[in-house]
Amino acid sequence: MAVLDPTLAAIRPAERTSALATLHEWVVTVDHKRLGLMYIASGLTFFLVAGIEATIMRIQLVVPENHFVSPQVFNRMMTMHGTTMVFFVGMPILLGFANYLVPLMIGARDMAFPRLNAFSFWMSLFGSLLLYFSFLGAEGLYGGGNAPDVGWFAYAPLTARVFSRGNSTDYWTLSLLVSGIGSIGTAVNLIATILCLRCEGMTLGKMPLLVWLNFVVACMILVAISPLTAAQIMLLLDRFLGAHFFDTQAGGSAVLWQHFFWIFGHPEVYVLMLPGFAFASEIIPVFSRKVIFGYPFMVAATVAIAFIGLGVWAHHMFTVGMAPAGNAFFAVSTMLVAVPTGIKIFNWLATLWGGKIRFATPMLFCLGFLFQFLCAGLTGVMLAVAPFDWQLSDSYFVVAHFHYVLIGGLLFTIFAAIYYWFPKATGRLLDETLGRWHFWLFVIGFNLTFAPQHFAGLIGMPRRIYTYQAGRGFEVWNQLSSAGVVFQLAAILVFLWNLGRSLVRGEPAGDDPWDAWTLEWTTTSPPPAYNFETPPVVRSRRPLWDVKHPEDPDWRYE
Amino acid sequence: MTTATGAIGAVVPASPRPDRGQVGILGLILAESAVFSIFIAAYVYYVGKSLTGPTPGQVLDLPIIISVLLWSSSVTIHLAVRALRAGLVSAFTLWWFLTILLGTLFLIGTGAEWYRLIYHDRLTIRTNLFGTTFYSLVGLHASHVIVGLVLMTVGLVLALEGHVRAAHARRAEVLSLYWHFVDAVWVVVFLVVYVVGR
Amino acid sequence: MPTGPVRAYWVGRWREGRTSAWGSRVRPAILLAVTLGAVAVASAGDDTTRTSSVFAPVSGPADAVYRVATLALAITGAIFVVVGGLLAYSVVRFRRRPDDDGTEPAQVYGSEQVELAWTVIPILVVIVLCLVTARTVYDVQGAQKPAGAIDVTIVGHQWWWEVRYPALGIVTANELHVPVSDSADPTPTFMALESADVVHSFWVPRLAGKTDLIPNRTNHMWIEPRETGLFLGQCAEYCGTQHAHMLLRVYVQPRAEFDRWVAAQRRPAAADPAAADGRRVFETTACVNCHTVRGTVATGRFGPDLTHLMSRATLVAGAAPMTRASLHAWIDDPDRVKPGALMPAMKLDAPALDQLVGYLATLE
Repeated sequence: MAVLDPTLAAIRPAERTSALATLHEWVVTVDHKRLGLMYIASGLTFFLVAGIEATIMRIQLVVPENHFVSPQVFNRMMTMHGTTMVFFVGMPILLGFANYLVPLMIGARDMAFPRLNAFSFWMSLFGSLLLYFSFLGAEGLYGGGNAPDVGWFAYAPLTARVFSRGNSTDYWTLSLLVSGIGSIGTAVNLIATILCLRCEGMTLGKMPLLVWLNFVVACMILVAISPLTAAQIMLLLDRFLGAHFFDTQAGGSAVLWQHFFWIFGHPEVYVLMLPGFAFASEIIPVFSRKVIFGYPFMVAATVAIAFIGLGVWAHHMFTVGMAPAGNAFFAVSTMLVAVPTGIKIFNWLATLWGGKIRFATPMLFCLGFLFQFLCAGLTGVMLAVAPFDWQLSDSYFVVAHFHYVLIGGLLFTIFAAIYYWFPKATGRLLDETLGRWHFWLFVIGFNLTFAPQHFAGLIGMPRRIYTYQAGRGFEVWNQLSSAGVVFQLAAILVFLWNLGRSLVRGEPAGDDPWDAWTLEWTTTSPPPAYNFETPPVVRSRRPLWDVKHPEDPDWRYE
Repeated sequence: MTTATGAIGAVVPASPRPDRGQVGILGLILAESAVFSIFIAAYVYYVGKSLTGPTPGQVLDLPIIISVLLWSSSVTIHLAVRALRAGLVSAFTLWWFLTILLGTLFLIGTGAEWYRLIYHDRLTIRTNLFGTTFYSLVGLHASHVIVGLVLMTVGLVLALEGHVRAAHARRAEVLSLYWHFVDAVWVVVFLVVYVVGR
Repeated sequence: MPTGPVRAYWVGRWREGRTSAWGSRVRPAILLAVTLGAVAVASAGDDTTRTSSVFAPVSGPADAVYRVATLALAITGAIFVVVGGLLAYSVVRFRRRPDDDGTEPAQVYGSEQVELAWTVIPILVVIVLCLVTARTVYDVQGAQKPAGAIDVTIVGHQWWWEVRYPALGIVTANELHVPVSDSADPTPTFMALESADVVHSFWVPRLAGKTDLIPNRTNHMWIEPRETGLFLGQCAEYCGTQHAHMLLRVYVQPRAEFDRWVAAQRRPAAADPAAADGRRVFETTACVNCHTVRGTVATGRFGPDLTHLMSRATLVAGAAPMTRASLHAWIDDPDRVKPGALMPAMKLDAPALDQLVGYLATLE
């Protein structure tokens, strides 16, 4: 308690705060920093849960025709792993970081709508608990329920009443509907905060890239989550009121669900990845000791990704039998979106170029991100070639691709962000040696698990299968893949140990342990509830650089 | 340590920032537009594809009267906000009440239409694709009308109890933006369902 | 600037040379390259690996995909080498030296020319790939059906494949027999794909890319195999509990052998008098509600056609071999052989079950 809020202790030194009083404070808080930390904490908790689900799958798949778990259990693990990771790990952690950092980086005291902020968090948390309650509560009248087992994208008509008995699918639908409301709330809040609460002198062109990227992400959330909300309402109407949106017996279309889902689903992966880019755009410059190369082009590329990304969704549907014109169009748009993404990679490289690179743990994770995201982007280009996708779609090649994006890309930048901003939030540094162990174990484990999956896909192994036959050539790739899990588990254990130990006994960080340049480093670690003593006034994109280098300030060159 | 951030670099004149209430409601409107777009897409996609049952041409009449009532409520709410900005609280209360009344009449009209469709024409949400897409789209719109009416009623009660002043005009305007959005959606639904889709 | 003890901490770490670029970038790159190389070598010529490899095409559509895939791999491979190389180089060349003087390097804010260059070049690459992609899409999807083509309708079920040859009057399950096609006198097989329940996907990698089977929609694909042999595949769209055991076997046969197979399949079911008891069990239990045996009263369509059951190589869409023992186990307790399967346990007593299996074993 004292670590996290020194100002309160200063005001009331004689009072001993009881555990209950502390809990109450956290439950009723509307402070963006506390809500941000709660988002991240809940996200990390579900990360462990979904990791266990993945481990169960990898144990089942280590040898052919294995009987570690039944097909029903495997299919639930498969569904819950994907759903949890996207909606209850990725979104909360990233929205948590946005919540924590955006007001600090723009020199504001809080978000535009603090109570909406709290409401959004609790909706999100409730959604996650609702999903996991399905393990207990989904039996329903038919006795056929349990956790959902329809895959994280829940294709129709597999989700129809007749093919999904009990209430497991309904738990999937409702939990995402509820947490989607939370996401939209946070998105509205972020947009209003960024447009209305920037400190004096901070024009849109002087915001840190993290703020820009989160602004674009918030706009995307508004446009992208809503189609999923709509489709889920339609699914609920089908299942409960006998509607026929996706009822093929009544002339409905199974493909319509796919269109609606992927109109959400593809922008969603940019919603997940862009905040990762934001972390990289803040961390790489600091540890290269150079300003980010090409700020205006980074902003333009982000906006381009957002717009083009709204027009690529049917590359998930190359195999449904669209007309050649449709397949060709989406192949072209998908390849086009690779261009601004590549521009970002080149700009990060140019930032490294000519710098003085410090290999602190945040930077190690960012370098891993750069390499692995390069691989991910290139396999994405391969998948954009529609005929190649006719072979690779729904195979382990796709599984490898998106895990390279989401783990090799996103998770690595999340780890970088945790190591980078943990000192600001807690006032203590994470241990560097343990950080190195975490990084190396995870790099080895992650690549060992997912690189072989490319090959499994190329020789014909489809995804979402609970077992496979001997003699198809899949064995060696699955063994390598499962072996990597051991290293990843070890890495996570080291990471958790580091977190716990550093919270209690970490080295004091001071205001600015990394010698960085954005506004959050001008206030204490942790910041007081009101963030800044006096609202800052800025003149460039790197206000602290101007303070530290008054003879050579940024605003002369921007 | 906080830097003495009286000024980092020279002071720049403050540029005007937009009102957060307006930005917030516009964000919500953007999200809701996306939701409605998907329901409209489903409606358009399924036009003519019902395997059985009544068709739009057979059972739908142009709901001119209730539509005019609803669109008029956009005018009345605009007048209400203008009155409040000028400090004329009683005028505001009157126009605000008229908006609620017009919205309620719209809902009653929709309810009457649905009654006729269900009991006379035997069209329900589960009858065919037309029933599914019609009731869900019009119902989604009606639910947004209901939410708007509830919020406006809260405002009306506060006004009648004398708690509303000119300073609250901004908040009333935010709610009026939502209401204009609801009316604009009805323009699209009216055209798609009752004009083009029939 | 970081103050006091924190600054000393960092400077101390750098001075001790505790960080190295060799460690952070070059070593893992080599590790990865070696692993991938070993793995590529291991996969090169192995027979089991080739049973369904995308890189061992034997049919027109798979060939077309292979060509465009090779181009895509070459282009992305080149990009990987260049960009990855630049990354590795920068990390080594621009690392902070132990004897660094602590000054900041030159701050480069950007360069419009450089940005233009690395926008235009990728767009050119994209244009090339797009043209090749579009051409392949139109070639494969727009192929004309020649006169000698074989027509097959495939209906996906949870969790087996119904295979119908409408012009030839044959119905079978889980196996597709097609004649090998000669470029002089092509006899490709054109397939109409439908589904009886949920979305499935037909994927035999060596023959063609996959196409989905979607209820209330008919999709089309074609194969034109130029080599005989057995080619394996399986359902590639998650369709429920036993998606993993919805396997496909495609037998590409010389024309004469294919014609013989067709003739055998067209015969009505064998009516061996020695199996009359078993046949009676079959016809008086609920079997006839779901299964068809041509020439008997059984005309059910929910389950596979059993007229020539024993002519197939596997049982239950590949989940079990075609032997009397597995047939026995399957009928006795389907859930044990293929958990979640939709065939109910018929709860026959042992003698009846033996007779039934004896009858089914005559359905060659």
